[in-house]
Formats: sequence, structure tokens, C-alpha cells
Amino acid sequence: MREFRMVSVSGILGYGYPEASLNAALERGVDMIGCDGGSSDPGPYYLGSGKPFVSLRALRRDLRLMLLAAIKARVPMVVGTCGGAGGEPHLKLVADMVREIAREEGLHFTMALIHAEQDKAKIRQRVREGRTRPLGRMAPLDEGTVDRAERIVGMCGPEPYMRALDAGAQVVLGGRSSDPAPFAATAMRAQLPPAQGWYAGKMLECGAAPATPKGPDCLYVTVREDGVICEPMGDRACTPLSVANHSLHENSSPIRHVEPGGILDTSECRFEQVSDKATLVTGMRWQPADTYTVKLEAAEKVGHRAVTICGTRDPLLISQLDGFLGIVRTLVHSKAEDLGIAPDQYRLTIHTYGRDGVMGAREPVRQAGGHELGFLVDVVADSPDTASAVIALARTSMLHADFPGRLCREGNMAIPFSPSDLTAGEVYRFSMAHLVVPDDPYEMFPIEYEKV
Amino acid sequence: MPRIRDIAKVCKSKNAGPFDLTIDVVFEDDATFEKVRATGVLCPALFARLYGVREEDVLFTPYPAGRAFKATLPRLIVAGDIGDTDVYGAQQHAPLLEIEIPL
Repeated sequence: MREFRMVSVSGILGYGYPEASLNAALERGVDMIGCDGGSSDPGPYYLGSGKPFVSLRALRRDLRLMLLAAIKARVPMVVGTCGGAGGEPHLKLVADMVREIAREEGLHFTMALIHAEQDKAKIRQRVREGRTRPLGRMAPLDEGTVDRAERIVGMCGPEPYMRALDAGAQVVLGGRSSDPAPFAATAMRAQLPPAQGWYAGKMLECGAAPATPKGPDCLYVTVREDGVICEPMGDRACTPLSVANHSLHENSSPIRHVEPGGILDTSECRFEQVSDKATLVTGMRWQPADTYTVKLEAAEKVGHRAVTICGTRDPLLISQLDGFLGIVRTLVHSKAEDLGIAPDQYRLTIHTYGRDGVMGAREPVRQAGGHELGFLVDVVADSPDTASAVIALARTSMLHADFPGRLCREGNMAIPFSPSDLTAGEVYRFSMAHLVVPDDPYEMFPIEYEKV
Repeated sequence: MPRIRDIAKVCKSKNAGPFDLTIDVVFEDDATFEKVRATGVLCPALFARLYGVREEDVLFTPYPAGRAFKATLPRLIVAGDIGDTDVYGAQQHAPLLEIEIPL
């Protein structure tokens, strides 16, 4: 029976994995080494700013070990959504790191870069042609949203990865991609069915997350024509329940997984323990879509952030918290106007930890019960200068605002450090979750080859 | 009457993309899962009430293979937007813990 063996080193490149686990996988024999390089979960900043959400040091360590292993084992190394968000700066960061490691270690190979950042003019054209549609509760895409985007990426499917491998690339680095796509691509290229390939990718994209106990480790997956065997490295096990429950992870349905080009249906999956550490999954199905679509993600800039942190231990203040925060807001508003700052130039948010700092308006417990409360005061403004000016007003207002019955007349707040205001840089928001209909699965994802 | 926190093996929340929140409850064995399912307490209306959303905005899936129930609903604020309290959506499960299940 045809078999294809893949190892995913970690849930995200840069989250770490034991070197011994990768070596153990290599001893078993692998046909590819891969890793998902990103996620939208850490929020819009990384896509907007072009920066990674792991440290360069961690990224380099994870990359070096897998690159050395792949070249030594003469198998492909494939990384999707490079650099965290998979835009041009993210892909370049990882590609430069690979070149540097290769130079230091004296490695030679063909590398393919799959670009996923989208040209605004091209997306505007697709909007005009009526070839975009919104996902979920999004409004239809308009040209203004395209213009305002700091960066737009398309979510690449497996086809460009297959093409790059067919062309002889041993190292394939992708921009934004569907998380399972790099793995699904290599399995399908080995003539295994799409259902099994996509299912394997779903497991591999999170490293050892389908195992118990969960932890940053390598996952070893054998794809067969009849199913997929999942086995973690390290002191862990994939059990029927742990694997089944991985289908709940970060998605809207455990049985219907929408991917570029089709839907992976896991409703009829069967799970069978085949060793102390491994579980065989069968019964997955792939339903090809009528129309091939690519998901767009984008981030647009909304301003600049400054924050301050403080806490109160005063029971009189805590007993009239909403009134107090109202007084603070009014003070900030009028003092900002004195500085020539209009209300529409900034947004002031006060998170109250100890009351509803975690759940906000969805918090069912409405009265603050504790003896102390913590505040995170957040200002997002149209310039760094405005943000700094308004956060300073907010800090002094939190500290000194008078309120009825006040006894603590030297200050309402304990402020833990000096300087007390922190600038937190640019702020972005996710502005797109739309589908676009491309001419084919390749046109949005140009591939560039180089000899390293 | 036992609450979810007394009988569940896992009760968690997380983003399902930046716009949706997904909440999972997993039980120890098939028997408990089936008993909980039979009570009908876990349903779209419950999640709509707990999270202040419309019932038709709750995608509710019982998942016997995982002895689990999943509910996916709109986030209060899109992940990372101004005013968001939980970028990863990882701490929005608590209201469910207190729900009583008449077993």
C-alpha cells in the first residue's frame, strides 16, 4: 500500500520543539519535513506592520534544525504562512534567514518562494468584475476598503506548493496559506487522495496539539490510501479521543472544514488506536467545490496606541465606579479640547480588571466584588503625539479626579512604575474576510525559484 | 444538580478566525455525553442567551466522536479592534461552567 510519511516540527515555527523529537522522527524515516509558520490569532498588528509574532532568535533556531535535517535526509522542507502573517516582509524575513543558515552551514539546494501578498489594483479589478464575495457577516468588498488596507494577503491552497515541488524545489517557503495546504500538497503529490492529504494537514498544522498531553513537540503522520496515522514524538500519545477532539480546534465546525477548492468532511471519521502512541483515522471525505475560491485577509491602520496601568484599593471609589469613570471621561474630554484635540481624534477605553476586564459587555457578573480593581487605560489616537497627550490626561484624571465622598485626596490610584505611560506603536484592524474567484489556483501566488 | 464545571472534562473558548468565537465542551465518556445530550440543555438558545447573540447566529454541533458539543458565534468585538478584551478569545468560556445539567 502506498504510504507517505510527514513530520511537522511545531505548531508554529518559532514556538519551539525538542531536537530529540525531530531526530526520533528522522530515524523512523520521513518523506517531508514541514511546519505551519503563522496564524491570524495573535491579531491584526502583525499582518499590518509586517512583523513576526515570535522572536527572531526562536524563529532561527527552529528553522536551522529543520533545514539541516531536510538537507541531510534529502527530503523537501515546506513552511506555510512564513513569518506569522505571510505578507511580503514576512516571507522575505524567513527567506533571508534560510539563505543565511545555508551560507553558515554550507548547504546547497533549490528554494521556491510562493508570494501571497496581493496587488491592490488587481483586487480592485476583481471587485469591479463582481468576482469577490463577503464571508460571514462582512459587508460586500468595496474599492475603499481595498484602498485603505495596509496589506492584503490571499490564502494559498496546495496547488502552488505542488507546482514548486514538481519544479524541483527542495525548500518551499510560502506566504499566507491555508494551514494544512503545505502538507496536503506534498501528500497529494505522492498520489494520495485529497481527503487523506487534507486530514493529515489538519493534524500536522498544529504540531503535537492532537496528542495528549499537549505541548510544543513534533507530530509524525503516515498518510495511506485508506487513512491517516497520527503519532506524536516525545512522551505523548495520540488517542482516538485526542485526535477526534483536535477537529474542534480553532474552527467553526468539527465536521465541515472549508478549504480552498473544497470541503473536508470529517463527520464519518472512525478512530482506532493502533499502538500505545498512535491512532489511525479513516472515513474522511473530500467534496470538491464547484468554484475555486481564495480567501482574502487584510489589515488597515486605525491609529497609534498609548496605555497606562493603575489600580485602586479605595472602597468608596469602588462602590461608585461607573460614576467615577464617567467623571474621568468628562475631564479627559474637556482637557483634550483645551489642547486642541477634538473628540474624533482619539478613542479612550478603560478596561476594569476585577469587574469585566476579560469579558466586557458579555460579563454576566455585573457587580464588582473585590477589595481592589485594576485598570488598563487605552488611548488610540490619530498620531503618536495625540496618543501621548491624551494618555497623560487620562492618567492624571484617574489619579486626581474628585468624586463624591472622596477621602483619598492625594490620589485615587496606585501606579506601579515610572514612566507611567507606555507607547504601544501602530494599531491595525482586520478589514477583510472575503472570497475572490481567481482564474486558476496559481495566478494569485507567483512562484520564484533560486539556487541557494 | 451538577453544573458543567462538575462533569465536563474540557470547557474552553477560542477564536474561529478573527470574527467568531468558538466554545467547546468535552465529556469524559460516551455515556455522559449521551446523557447530557438527552437533557437538551446545551442548545443554540442557551448560547444565544449566555453570549447575547441571536439564536440564528449560533452554529451548534454535537460531535459524538469527540464526546463534545461545539458552539460558534460572533465575537463581541473583532479580534484586536479597539475595545477588544481578549484577542485570542481564550477566556470567554466561564458563563457556561455554571450551567446546571439535570442528570
